[in-house]
Amino acid sequence: MMRVRLTVNGRLREADDVWEGESLLYVLRERLGLPGSKNACEQGECGSCTVRLDGVPVCACLVAAGQAEGREVVTVEGLAPEGELSTVQKAFIDAGAVQCGFCTPGLLVAADELLDREPKPADADIREALSGNLCRCTGYEKIMDAVRLAAARRSAEPEGDRA
Amino acid sequence: MEFLRPASWEEALAVKAEHPDAVPLAGGTDVMVELNFGHRRPERLLDLGRIAELEEWEGDGPAVRLGASVPYTRIMEGLRPDLPGLALAAHTVASPQIRNRGGVGGNLGTASPAGDAHPALLASGAEVEAVSTRGTRLIPIDDFYLGPKRNALAPDELIRAVRVRRAGGPQQFAKVGTRNAMVIAVCAFGLALHPESRTLRTGIGSAAPTPVRAREAEEFLGGVLEEERCWDTGRPPPPSAARRFAELCSAACSPIDDVRGTAAYRRRAVGVLARRTLGWAWQEYRGSARVTEGVA
Repeated sequence: MMRVRLTVNGRLREADDVWEGESLLYVLRERLGLPGSKNACEQGECGSCTVRLDGVPVCACLVAAGQAEGREVVTVEGLAPEGELSTVQKAFIDAGAVQCGFCTPGLLVAADELLDREPKPADADIREALSGNLCRCTGYEKIMDAVRLAAARRSAEPEGDRA
Repeated sequence: MEFLRPASWEEALAVKAEHPDAVPLAGGTDVMVELNFGHRRPERLLDLGRIAELEEWEGDGPAVRLGASVPYTRIMEGLRPDLPGLALAAHTVASPQIRNRGGVGGNLGTASPAGDAHPALLASGAEVEAVSTRGTRLIPIDDFYLGPKRNALAPDELIRAVRVRRAGGPQQFAKVGTRNAMVIAVCAFGLALHPESRTLRTGIGSAAPTPVRAREAEEFLGGVLEEERCWDTGRPPPPSAARRFAELCSAACSPIDDVRGTAAYRRRAVGVLARRTLGWAWQEYRGSARVTEGVA
């Protein structure tokens, strides 16, 4: 068993008694009380556990807990301050892109990263950025609408006023 | 289980020498799946994530020395001009999340016949830099794959890098699957034209117990290109030769039936990919300045 220290959503966190073969996803959900990242396939197929590791979107289920030591993780809980919603989150609600909601956290993290990288994405960019996130309610059209809406709203917002 | 976290390459080699059973862990896209599903319970994990040089590439010479852990995303964004075949293959790996973590070292270490990098490495010509405390070996890619998920590494060796010949001509890669993303290849094909030596090389994935080259097809087409003076004129090989090339590529396969496809389908599809990639690559060659049609 080991201790893992990492920064999650801007706060230094510590998890004890971590099993050496444990995933970052398990640490987030079961040890740090952050159940936003969903546990589904555990093999990197579905994207519902997508988090940012040092800024880069990854499947938390495929990162060993020990590999996250000393690194920065952002989960869906970190997209907006407590009690508020980010532009991407609001756009998902407004566009009706949430059905059962299980895939939503991973999609939000992936979409948020896309818009950081590419503020005016073409449809092909959106499809590629979300190609590792499965929605089994098959709501992809609404999800596309939501990302387009978020992109439009973010580019209309003044710089620095962006949740 | 022990989680070993060497801070340097030298330390990693020392750990591997002391514990040859330690399972190297980099992007985790293979190893973590096995751990999550309980398919594997190694005594020791050897995390290579702290060794910065594994995530870099270098080389101004005839080859790029590609660090074992350079993620596929960076290969496809930064190495397209130098290693076009590998960059194309990298773009077909799984999803952005997986491409952000996985690298060629893991593909080689796992040595699955379906690994996306293998056809490109076979076609472009590569050497695997295998290192232990005993020294460094450069293993030609043709000698690296020994069987399904078996490679030529010794138990105390780690993959430091793969040295891939910089492209001297067009390279192509094509893969068959049910959709664009998140696909384990039903079969895959890599082709590299090497105008500097007037040769070509191939790589076939997911259609034999290991990734393989279609050597007879390479020799046949190489002969035709020479005889017909295609390298000089830029004229494509005759359609009958392209068809024969495709047949010989199919014949180089020894596929199996599995959940992703049947052996017959794979053999047929490899031929189709061979013909298509040849067409694309030759079109690009023809458009390049090298061709002297009308001059000679």
